[in-house]
Amino acid sequence: MSTISLHDTHNHDSHDDHGHHKETFLTKYVFSQDHKMIAKQFLITGIIMAVIAMGLSILFRIQLAWPDKSFPLLETFLGKWAEGGRIKPDFYLALVTIHGTIMVFFVLTAGLSGTFSNLLIPLQIGARDMASPFLNMLSYWFFFTACVIMMSSFFIQTGPASAGWTVYPPLSALPTAISGSGLGMTLWLISMVLFVASSLMGGINYVSTILNMRTKGMDLWKMPLTIWAFFLTAILGILSFPVLVAGVVLLVFDRSFGTSFYLSDIVMGTQVLPNEGGSPILWQHLFWFLGHPEVYIVIMPAMGLSSEIMSVNARKPIFGYHAMIYSLIGITILSFIVWGHHMFVTGMNPLLGGVFMITTLIIAVPSAVKTFNWLATLWRGNIRFTPAMLFAIGMVSFFISGGLTGIFLGNASLDINLHDTYFVIAHFHLVMGSAAIFGMLAGVYHYFPKMFGRLMSSKLGYLHFWITFICAYLVFFPLHFLGLDGVPRRYYAFTEFEFMQKWVTVNILVTWSAIIAALAQVAFLFNFFYSIFKGKVSSQNPWGANTLEWTTPVERLHGNWPGEIPTVYRWPYDYSKPGAEEDFIPQTVPFSQTMSSNMPHDFEGNAEAERIQREWEEKEAAATGKTKLD
Amino acid sequence: MSLRKLISNKTIAALAVIVTAFANTSAFAQAAAATAEKPVDMGPIYKTATFYVLAFLLVCLFVAIVGKALKVYELTREAQDKPKGINWDAVNGGLFALFLIVGLYGVYWEYTVHGNMILPEAASEHGKKIDQMFNITLILTTIVFIVTHILLFAFAYFYKHSGKRKAYYYPHNNTIERIWTIIPALVLTVLVLMGFLTWRSIFYKVEDPNNKPISIEITSSQFAWAIRYAGADGVVGLKNYKLITSDNALGIDFKDKKTLDDQLAEVMVIPVNKPVRLILTSKDVIHSFYMPHFRVQLNTVPGMTSYFEFTPTITTEEMKAKTNDPKFKYLFLCNKICGDGHYKMQREVKVVSQAEYDAWVAELPTYLTDDLRKQFNLPVASAPATEPAAAAPADSAAKDTSAVKTNQIALKK
Repeated sequence: MSTISLHDTHNHDSHDDHGHHKETFLTKYVFSQDHKMIAKQFLITGIIMAVIAMGLSILFRIQLAWPDKSFPLLETFLGKWAEGGRIKPDFYLALVTIHGTIMVFFVLTAGLSGTFSNLLIPLQIGARDMASPFLNMLSYWFFFTACVIMMSSFFIQTGPASAGWTVYPPLSALPTAISGSGLGMTLWLISMVLFVASSLMGGINYVSTILNMRTKGMDLWKMPLTIWAFFLTAILGILSFPVLVAGVVLLVFDRSFGTSFYLSDIVMGTQVLPNEGGSPILWQHLFWFLGHPEVYIVIMPAMGLSSEIMSVNARKPIFGYHAMIYSLIGITILSFIVWGHHMFVTGMNPLLGGVFMITTLIIAVPSAVKTFNWLATLWRGNIRFTPAMLFAIGMVSFFISGGLTGIFLGNASLDINLHDTYFVIAHFHLVMGSAAIFGMLAGVYHYFPKMFGRLMSSKLGYLHFWITFICAYLVFFPLHFLGLDGVPRRYYAFTEFEFMQKWVTVNILVTWSAIIAALAQVAFLFNFFYSIFKGKVSSQNPWGANTLEWTTPVERLHGNWPGEIPTVYRWPYDYSKPGAEEDFIPQTVPFSQTMSSNMPHDFEGNAEAERIQREWEEKEAAATGKTKLD
Repeated sequence: MSLRKLISNKTIAALAVIVTAFANTSAFAQAAAATAEKPVDMGPIYKTATFYVLAFLLVCLFVAIVGKALKVYELTREAQDKPKGINWDAVNGGLFALFLIVGLYGVYWEYTVHGNMILPEAASEHGKKIDQMFNITLILTTIVFIVTHILLFAFAYFYKHSGKRKAYYYPHNNTIERIWTIIPALVLTVLVLMGFLTWRSIFYKVEDPNNKPISIEITSSQFAWAIRYAGADGVVGLKNYKLITSDNALGIDFKDKKTLDDQLAEVMVIPVNKPVRLILTSKDVIHSFYMPHFRVQLNTVPGMTSYFEFTPTITTEEMKAKTNDPKFKYLFLCNKICGDGHYKMQREVKVVSQAEYDAWVAELPTYLTDDLRKQFNLPVASAPATEPAAAAPADSAAKDTSAVKTNQIALKK
C-alpha cells in the first residue's frame, strides 16, 4: 500500500531529524510546531477565554437577579459601563454577545477541537506529527490573534459588539441602531475572519493527517471513536466555516462600503437610508448554515472523548462501535440540512419551515442511538470513577436533558411560542454548553498525563465535578419554565413587565448557583496549574487504556515514539475480553499473542487466521482433555 | 511548595487550630454581646466584596484542610499496610444514586411549582393545537428523560468498580441496536407528522367568506410599536418607507384612498372568535412580534411584510376569571434583540366581545389628522364638499357614515 510505504520514509526522516536540531525557548514554547505543544497552547488559551466568558456571564447574571440594586464595585472595574454601580442596558447586551461568541467559538470550538484534535490525532493514529506542522502553528497564532482582537473591543469608546452572538443585521450593520455596532462590531468581524482562517487551517490538517498518516494496520475501522469524531468535526468545519466568512465579508461591505446585501427599506428615526433590495434574512441563512453545523462541531468532539473515556473506565468495549460511527456520520450529514429550524418565525416561507422540521427531528434518531449505546456501555461494566469518568457521565446526562428539549424546539409549531425565550437558553446551555464543556473537562482530566506527564488530583476533581454538575442543573433547569411563561431572552431587566416579576426570585437562585459553579472552577484551575508542576508523576499507561497514545513514553518526545511507530492489530476496545489475563489488550498486541481470548469475529473473515485459531483451540482442547483425564 | 511545608509543619498546624478556635470563640462572644445589647445591622457587611472574598478564602482553606486530612489518613493506612481507607468508587457511585433520588424529587418539584407559574391555556384557536402537541411531546420526553436517567445513574451505582469482578464483554448486539433505532424513529415520525399538519393548519388558512379576518398592521421600530387598523374599508392602505417624516411616522401613502380611513390605536383591541390577520412590518431593525398568550410569534423584518392569522377565543375578562388574577392582561412584546430598549417594548392587548369592539373601533381617531391634510394638500374637514369621503368630523357618529362612504368610493375604484 502506498500510504504505508510513504509512511516508512516519513518515519526515517523524523527519526534522523530527531535530536539534531536545538530547540530554543521561542521554538519550543511559543512558535512551536510540535502538535502536543500546540494542543497545550490551545488548551490554556481556551481555559483563559472560558474564565473570561464565565466572568461575563456572572456579571449579567448579577444584573438579572438584582436589577434594582447598585454594586459600587462594578463601577470601580467597569467605569462608564456601570455608572452608579449598575450595568447599562447596552453593556448588558455586549456582555451576552461576547459571552456567547467566546463560549461557542473560542472555547468550545478552538479550545475543545483545537486541543484534543491536535493532541490525539497523531498520538492515536500513530503519526509523528501533523501533516503540516507549520500550518498547525499558524492555526494557533491566528486563533490567538482573534482572541486578542475580540477582547480588545472592551477597551474602545463605543464598546464591544452587542447585537447578540448571531449578530443579525440590520442591528449589527448600523452603528446608529446600537453603540456596539460601531468599531466593536468591526473588531468582531475581523476577529471572526481570523478565527475561521485558524479553524480551516486546523481542519485541513486534521483531515489530511487522519487520511494519510495512519500507522500500519490502523484502518478506518480500527480508529478510536475520538478520531472519528475529530475527523467528522473537521469535515463539518471545512465545509461550513467558509460560508460564515462569505456572510461576514458581505456584512463588512454593507457596513463600510454602502452595499445592500442585508439592508433594505430602513428608516432610523426619520432618516431614510438609501439601501434597497437586500434582505436581512439572507444573513440568517448564511449564518445558520455555519451556525447549525457549529453546534455539532462543538458537541461531536465531546461525544468522541466521552465514548473513549467511558469505555476505558467502565473496562468494557464501547457498545455498538459501528453504530456509534454511523450515527456520527448521520449527524454530520443531517447537520447541513437543518439550519432553517433557527428561522421558523423569521417570516421565511412556511413551506420551508415544514421541510426543516422534518430534517431536524430526524437528527434525534442518531442522537438517541448514541445515548442508548452509552447506557449499554455502562451496563455490567466495572466502572472506575476517575474525575474524567464522572465528567463523561455528566456529559451523557446533560446531552439527554438538553437533547430532549430539542424535540420541542425542532417542532416548528411549538417553536412559534418558544422561539427566543428562556426555553431556548435552557436547551442549548444544557445540550451544547454544559455537555460540551463536560466532554472537554473529561478530556482534560483523562489526557492530562499525556500532556504534562503528571496526574491531576482526583479528589479535587470529584469536588469540582459534583459542585459543577449540581449547580449547572440548578442554573439551567428552572430556566425552561421561564421560557414556558413566555419570558424572552436578552432582556436587560424583568422589571418592565408585570408577568415577569415573579421570576426574579428564580433568577436569584440561578445567579447564586452560577456563582457557586464559577467558584468551583477555582478548584479545577488550581488543580490544573498546580499539577502541571507538582502533580504526581504519571506512569506510562495510568488508566490501563488500549489506544496508541499510551504506548508513547511519559517524557513526550518530539516525534512521539523513540523507535519505530507501533503497528496496530486490533480495534481499540478490547476491554475485559474473556480469556485474556488483563482486563485490557492494547491495539499493538497481535492476535497471535492472545490466542486464549480471540473470537471468531476478530478475524473479519480471514480464512488463514481462522484456521490457525481453530487448530490452536483443538490442540488446547486436547491438552485440557488430557489433563482432565489425568 | 512552601504552602505544603507550611501546612505539614505540625507547630504551624497547631497554631492554626488555636487561632481558628480563638477567632471562633471571639466571634461567638461578639455575637453574644451583640444579641445582648441590640441587633446589629449586618447588611453593610454582607454587601462588601471583602466579606465575600474572605468567606471564599475561608472555604478554600477548609477544603485544603479536609484534603490534607484525607491525605494523612490515606498515608497512615498505607504505612500500616491496611487496605485503602476510602473507596472513592463507592463514594461516587453512592453520590450518583443520591443524585438520582434527589434529582427526581427536584424534577417533580420543578414540574409542580415552577410548572404552575407558566402561561395559562392558549387563548387562540391554533394555540389549543399547539398546547396539545406540547403536552404530548412533554409526556413522551419526560418518560424518556426519567427512564434514561434512572438507567444512567443506577448503572453508575450498581456497576461501580470492584476488584472481584470483570466487566461483561459485550461489544454489540444488532437486534437491540435495530430496536432502539426504529422505535425513536417511529415516535419521531408521529411527532413530525403531527407538527407538520399543525404547522400547515396555522400558516395555510382557507378564508371563510362569512367570517373575514380583521386586518391590523403592526409596525415595529426602536423601541415602540405602531398599531394601524384598516378602518371601515377593511383594507390597510399602502405605505412607503421613503415617505416617512416626523409628522407621517409610518410613511403612509395618502395617494392611496384606502389609507384615508386607517386608524391608529394605542392598545390592540380585538373581538373574540373573529379571525385577526396581522400584517407585520418593521421600520428599522428586526424585531419580533410575540403574543405569548395566543401562541403567536413572527419576526418583523425591514423590507419584508409577513402575515400571521389567528382567532382569539378567550376574552380578557374570562381570562381574569380563569387565572384568578384581577390584574391579568394580554400583551404583545418584542422578542428579538433590537437595541438598548429591547426589554421595554410592550403593548396591551384586549380581547372583547364583538359589540364592545365595534363601539371601541368607532371611537378610534383616523391616522390622517388635519395637520397632515394640510401638509399633503388634502382637503381638510372645513371643506367637506370637495371630498366628502375623506372628511374627518369630530363626532364619531358622523365619522362612521363617512367611513362607509370611503368604502364605497374605494369599491368604485
